[in-house]
Amino acid sequence: MLELDIRRRVGDFSLDVAFAAPVGVTAVLGRSGSGKSTLVAAVAGLARPDHGRIALNQTALFDSTAGVNLPPRKRRIAVVFQESRLFPHLSVRSNLLFGRRRRRDDASPALEQVIETLGIGHLLPRRPRSLSGGEKQRVAIGRALLSGPRALLFDEPLAALDAERKAEILPFLEALIQEVGLPVLYVTHALEEARRLARGLIVLEGGRIVAAGAIEEAVAAAGLATAGDRLLDGVTVDAVVAQLDERYGLTGLALGGHRVWAPGLIGAPGAPARLRFLARDVAVALDPPQRSSVRNVLPGVVRGVKRGYGPYASVSIDIGGAVLRAEITRRAAAELDLAPGRVVYALVKSVAVSRA
Amino acid sequence: MLVALALARGRFPGKTLLDGVVHLPLVLPPVVTGYLLLIGFGRRGPIGEALEACCGVVFSFRWTGAALAAAIMGFPLMVRAIRLSIEAVDRRLEDAAATLGASRTGVLFAVTLPLALPGLLAGAVLAFAKALGEFGATITFVSNIPGETRTLPAAIYTLTQTPGGDAAAGKLVLIAIVLSLAALIASELLARRLASRIAG
Repeated sequence: MLELDIRRRVGDFSLDVAFAAPVGVTAVLGRSGSGKSTLVAAVAGLARPDHGRIALNQTALFDSTAGVNLPPRKRRIAVVFQESRLFPHLSVRSNLLFGRRRRRDDASPALEQVIETLGIGHLLPRRPRSLSGGEKQRVAIGRALLSGPRALLFDEPLAALDAERKAEILPFLEALIQEVGLPVLYVTHALEEARRLARGLIVLEGGRIVAAGAIEEAVAAAGLATAGDRLLDGVTVDAVVAQLDERYGLTGLALGGHRVWAPGLIGAPGAPARLRFLARDVAVALDPPQRSSVRNVLPGVVRGVKRGYGPYASVSIDIGGAVLRAEITRRAAAELDLAPGRVVYALVKSVAVSRA
Repeated sequence: MLVALALARGRFPGKTLLDGVVHLPLVLPPVVTGYLLLIGFGRRGPIGEALEACCGVVFSFRWTGAALAAAIMGFPLMVRAIRLSIEAVDRRLEDAAATLGASRTGVLFAVTLPLALPGLLAGAVLAFAKALGEFGATITFVSNIPGETRTLPAAIYTLTQTPGGDAAAGKLVLIAIVLSLAALIASELLARRLASRIAG
């Protein structure tokens, strides 16, 4: 658990935030100038807040009243920076071992394992300058993990990369940061990254927190998913690959007690996968449809019906293990007499199920 | 190197003063520096006397004095080059090293100094060149004693003042040119190799 409650003034700008990040990924979302970099510097120990307290697993890293301010090396918070910051005079291998050599006290993950997960074995003897942007970031992530940290801090790790490189790294990131079992603070300006990786979300604006909580709640509270973003409104759920239909190129995933079919072969059985259901792709029926092309018919209970913009309404359906949102017309909601407690079927075309 | 480090990264009272004192020999007339050395390190000078009493080291009118004069005159050039190269090292890399658990000395030896190496080298070569050519301070401090304190420039000067010394002076001039050129080329090659190794 990483807890902080800090204030810092830099010129005209002031940062004033308080939140706690449990084990797992907490995303900090904000535009440039929202105070993200100030926050990163304060947590890493590279800049001193004016007031407040930062604690990691109950140990104070910084406490203005008690006069505690641990230097970066004693905080054991590994940082992955936007510009990778690999040491240009060292080989990839020495870069990876840089932090590990200095902290042989406790069990940081095995070198071989990290190298394998990140797919960087073939880069070991090379020097950073000969690596691509994506490779550099993978090495930087490995270096951070191998330093035996008690928390991880990602500072816009993908911001400097193009879409292709991002797509190359995200799966590695996803696999690693779910596994480490540490508090992970993922600072970014990209909502998609936050959605894909994080469970908790802190939305930062002008140095203040404007929304915090479980990711979709915070997104809604911050008004990030309204208006022009309406087309992308939806929910993200965690599922597990259960079976593959190689003949038709489909993947069956376990979600709650249901089987959800998604296009493409997503991964081996047992692998976790995050799915995204856009509200406009979910339909509601009172009876399971007979002889329909819709592959995913998920029985559930209506949790709420919210009036949306103009003719729209948003229906939350608890399917056991996940709450989906369906965007339908207000007229449809009225004619089906949708109200909390009503038993319904959420219909989702397989084609519309996508990985988050 | 310590002085360069302090000047590049340190923040302390009297930094400007230290900066000034270090660079003084660069701007003072060399004869003045030599004279000050003579006063300070001469057999009756406060430092010279103490040194002779405790360690038996004598500077004035000995080759050791010539070496001291050369060192003092080369020092500011060296400090300057090293300082510039340390300042050019990306502090963000030092920060990254710190978050990975490196102590301040760890950061210095593992990151800052290796990255500043080409500059350190350039500083050494500059100081060497200055030491080789140093004339004013040396001749004031330790005179021009054959076999003891006669440096290359002093020898050339002496020969040019002597009738018929031109041929011998020419030989020495040639030696000076070869030495300087060799040092320059060697440092250039080394620096290039280092730079290509560490270029990000």
